[in-house]
Amino acid sequence: MNQPLLNRRKLIGLGAAGVSSLVLAGCDQFDFLGESDGTVRAILARADGLTYRAQRLLIRDGALAPEYSETEIRQGQRPNGSRDPQTEEYLALKSNDFVNYRLSVNGLVERPMQYSLAELRNMPARTQITRHDCVEGWSCIAKWTGTPLARILDDVGVKAGARFVVFQCFDQLDDGEDLYYESCDLIDARHPQTILAYGLNGQSLPVANGAPVRVRVERALGYKQPKYVHTIRLVDDFSPFGSGKGGFWEDRGYDWFAGI
Amino acid sequence: MPLFARTGQRSHNGPLVYRQSVLTRLTHWTWAVCLFFLLPSGLQIFNAHPTLYIGNESGFVYDNAVFRISAVDTVDGPRGRTLLFGHAFDTTGVLGMSGPAQQPRYRAFPSAVTIPSYHDLATGRVVHFFFAWLLVVTLLAWLIGSLANGHIRRDVLPTRKDLLNLPGDVVDHLRLRIHHGQGYNVLQKLAYAGVFFILFPLIVLTGLAMSPGMNAAMPWLLDLFGGRQTARTLHFLAMSLLVLFFIVHIVMVLVAGLSNELRSMITGWYRTSAEHKGARP
Repeated sequence: MNQPLLNRRKLIGLGAAGVSSLVLAGCDQFDFLGESDGTVRAILARADGLTYRAQRLLIRDGALAPEYSETEIRQGQRPNGSRDPQTEEYLALKSNDFVNYRLSVNGLVERPMQYSLAELRNMPARTQITRHDCVEGWSCIAKWTGTPLARILDDVGVKAGARFVVFQCFDQLDDGEDLYYESCDLIDARHPQTILAYGLNGQSLPVANGAPVRVRVERALGYKQPKYVHTIRLVDDFSPFGSGKGGFWEDRGYDWFAGI
Repeated sequence: MPLFARTGQRSHNGPLVYRQSVLTRLTHWTWAVCLFFLLPSGLQIFNAHPTLYIGNESGFVYDNAVFRISAVDTVDGPRGRTLLFGHAFDTTGVLGMSGPAQQPRYRAFPSAVTIPSYHDLATGRVVHFFFAWLLVVTLLAWLIGSLANGHIRRDVLPTRKDLLNLPGDVVDHLRLRIHHGQGYNVLQKLAYAGVFFILFPLIVLTGLAMSPGMNAAMPWLLDLFGGRQTARTLHFLAMSLLVLFFIVHIVMVLVAGLSNELRSMITGWYRTSAEHKGARP
């Protein structure tokens, strides 16, 4: 009973051993969580579904993302992902200043339609100064002008069975084969701030930011704002597109809702 | 080390008392697991853009950064560099540049402290949000249960008498003179209350303030924290303080007696010091 349970030397030794074993062991024993078809990962990823349902419950369907003042635009919109698509179709349209561009709206709709850029510009527009939040963690405030998607959906008449809107794009990322695509539910599609943007900070939308048309879904992260959109398709399931997860990055392990 | 030795002796003289309820023990270990996964997955997420700013947005053509980890080219070759409030620190080997010298990795936090060990933001997010949910649900269960059973009032919040005793308790801690009583001493109470009522709410709310969805439902969260990027900075700061708490927590458990402290958090039963023989059962 004269020996203390722990003297200072033992304590320091224990601490040092603990820290060094932690550093040596590292975290690579959890690398299996990165395997896209892993069982444990699938269980963990169910929390994303919980987040989706919780946010749909907590956030009014029409609740607006914060809007900012002109003075808060302190820099250009930082381009990210594709900045200069090289697909043949896109280059041909770009060379002619997108005069021949047509936005197709089809799928589960009453009247499939095509819109030229001029037709979109002649429809009632919405301008909003909002914050773009990249999944990487940075944010950038910019002014977006475009046609509310709700107006287009009313135009074509959404059929009763439609559940999602899929946006198909001209660009390929990382020199890959897959074309970019994205999707959202009808609540986000009909949200007043969801626009088909053709203007950025008072100018025509630059190529680096998605010309001629990019989508803004302001209550979601940056990868839900597809650029270089050519087709909007109303669907009831994602399986015909990419790997069937509802988006280019979703097919690569990112969550579909992206509200957090 | 006479004081230290006396502490060890004293801890084995008193009676066993039932100190930790089932709720406290279950939530304690759940939080331990949650934080074990939240920290390295959070560092994985941080690594995707290893700069922290003040304000709503990230300055790319102006500077509102307060913390940045990067790799820079110098005349001596690449180095890891960490910027904190404009002061640069060479952190080669740990932050910005790490791994074997022949094959250095240019990443903010090293492989050893991220989940996964390689760059994989998508998986970092999956892991982070799962355990964030678990943490929040467990916190709510603890809060409701501990308000109901009196744990918060009785054991966590310091009383007036506790606070009057603060200087004496600080001296006791500095001399590593540990009293093993039924309840917590005042520094313990302040540490736990700080974690429960400041750090946990801060880290949860700054996390929610980064959600563009939640920004639409609760725009006041952004006002409260001074913008989304400030919220991200505060989230990182709260993490750092939780890590600091964890280190002190572990050191204190070792100082106070590992087996006794572990037993109390597993079985609930705690061996008090002889001086506490009269303590309530």
